Amino acid sequence: MLPEEFADCEPFAAKWCIATEAARYAERLNSTMTEMQAFYDAMYPRVRDAMAHLDEFPLHELPEQELNLLHLVYSLIMVSLPVEVWQQPKVIDSGTAYFDRHLEPAP
Amino acid sequence: MARSGKPAEASWTGRVPEMGTRLVSYEDSISPEFYELEREAIFRRAWLNVGRVEQLPRKGSFFTKDLDVAKTSLIVTRGLDGEVRAFHNVCRHRGNKLLWGETPRDETKGVCREFMCKYHGWRYGLDGSLKFVLQEEEYFDFDKSEFPLVPVHCEVWEGFVFVNLSDEPSQSLLDFLGPMVRGLEGYPFHLLTERYAFKADLLSNWKIFLDAFQEYYHASILHSQQQVPSLRSFETGFKVPHFQMDGPHRLISTGGWKGVPRHLTPPDQMYPIEHATESGLMGPWERPDIPELDPANLPAGLNPGGLDPWSISNFQIFPNFVILIYERGWYLTYQYWPTSHNTHQWEMSYYFPPSRNASERIRHEVTAVVSKEAGLQDAGTLDGTQMGLESRAIDAYPLCDQEVTVRHLHKVVDDWVQSYLRDGKVVPA
Repeated sequence: MLPEEFADCEPFAAKWCIATEAARYAERLNSTMTEMQAFYDAMYPRVRDAMAHLDEFPLHELPEQELNLLHLVYSLIMVSLPVEVWQQPKVIDSGTAYFDRHLEPAP
Repeated sequence: MARSGKPAEASWTGRVPEMGTRLVSYEDSISPEFYELEREAIFRRAWLNVGRVEQLPRKGSFFTKDLDVAKTSLIVTRGLDGEVRAFHNVCRHRGNKLLWGETPRDETKGVCREFMCKYHGWRYGLDGSLKFVLQEEEYFDFDKSEFPLVPVHCEVWEGFVFVNLSDEPSQSLLDFLGPMVRGLEGYPFHLLTERYAFKADLLSNWKIFLDAFQEYYHASILHSQQQVPSLRSFETGFKVPHFQMDGPHRLISTGGWKGVPRHLTPPDQMYPIEHATESGLMGPWERPDIPELDPANLPAGLNPGGLDPWSISNFQIFPNFVILIYERGWYLTYQYWPTSHNTHQWEMSYYFPPSRNASERIRHEVTAVVSKEAGLQDAGTLDGTQMGLESRAIDAYPLCDQEVTVRHLHKVVDDWVQSYLRDGKVVPA
């Protein structure tokens, strides 16, 4: 699913290449910390490489593999706070609150 | 007997002497009767922001805005003459709601030349005039020109669309906004069109959540995790360096944690994702290279306290609209729409300059995700606050000088309600 240079991240692509924030947030809440830590450990060291690679393409004309890579970076961002800050999938002290992102740029 | 603490003349609260320093009741946030008064006294008399002109890009663009608080729905549209207008979303024929989405309870948007009622097919032009009546000859002494959509006062300021539901507003929009809010004029809102929009149904009175985003006294406690563990402090807190009040509106400006903008903190004092992407809670570290966003070109009213460094100005526009401008070249808005005395629908939008490449888009995503998580902590505490207040175990609460904005909002709300009860016409200055 990903560009060849990012073959090391391929095992995480099926689960984490997700196009919308709402779906990424739902996936995060449905995942264990072990799953998110494994994804984070593989993807975090590659995020700068991914940004440099993606910047070689026009943002609105990304080939399919590059679009998947972009979505994978978005998912890294989504799991980074659980891994780095909260130590749990849900935001600490967020109670019953949900904010639904109903409008966002594509990609 | 002299009381300890700061003298009135040295306090932010003392700058509006009529507010006093006494304990406050939050009866205005738990009483169904007070809510009914607010609906008339505030939401049917104040100018209300319902969106931005970018939501109406073309002639014939429209969106609906349901206002539970005013028991109505509006159609906001751009006419063939380019003018933005607002109408009650009600057909003149049998009172049917004219436009809706999936169900009559859902908002909708689109582009059209005429609005057609789903019930009997009456059609209205973008200027509200009645254009077509099915079997018009069957009506009695009937003149189409007497049945246009009911207009609502609508004005645009800096690209923000405001409506006023009163028959005749006692102030123009510009008079209502006043000099402090109008200090934003000239900010390049029109260049920041990459929008991330959120909605939430929250279990508190609208003012209780509004209060959470108009003081930073809570920041170092509720949001302690915004600092890496070594920097967290539950002892000293954070003090806002500049407050301002003008009429019913408020302004809070800050310069960053301990005066240091986030993007200038050392790597060991931030989280790895911020360091790797060069973005975080306060925005991307690099300000966009757009001349209009250069601090030298920004309107002076954006940072009226002259803070240096300056990070955020938080404009609290009465009654329920907030614009937060970040020094890093982006802004956000909040709107608090009451749905009952103890619930409201909350809207939040982030606005950035359009991304020119994936890295910029990724940095916006970091800010949009990190900022939302802080907001979830504020929203998560709300039903607890509402429950505590509704217990009525306590009827008077202290507010400190760092919560001057909370005191001001509840005072202004009470002023508007009292003024309405007196004569129902003029809003307080």
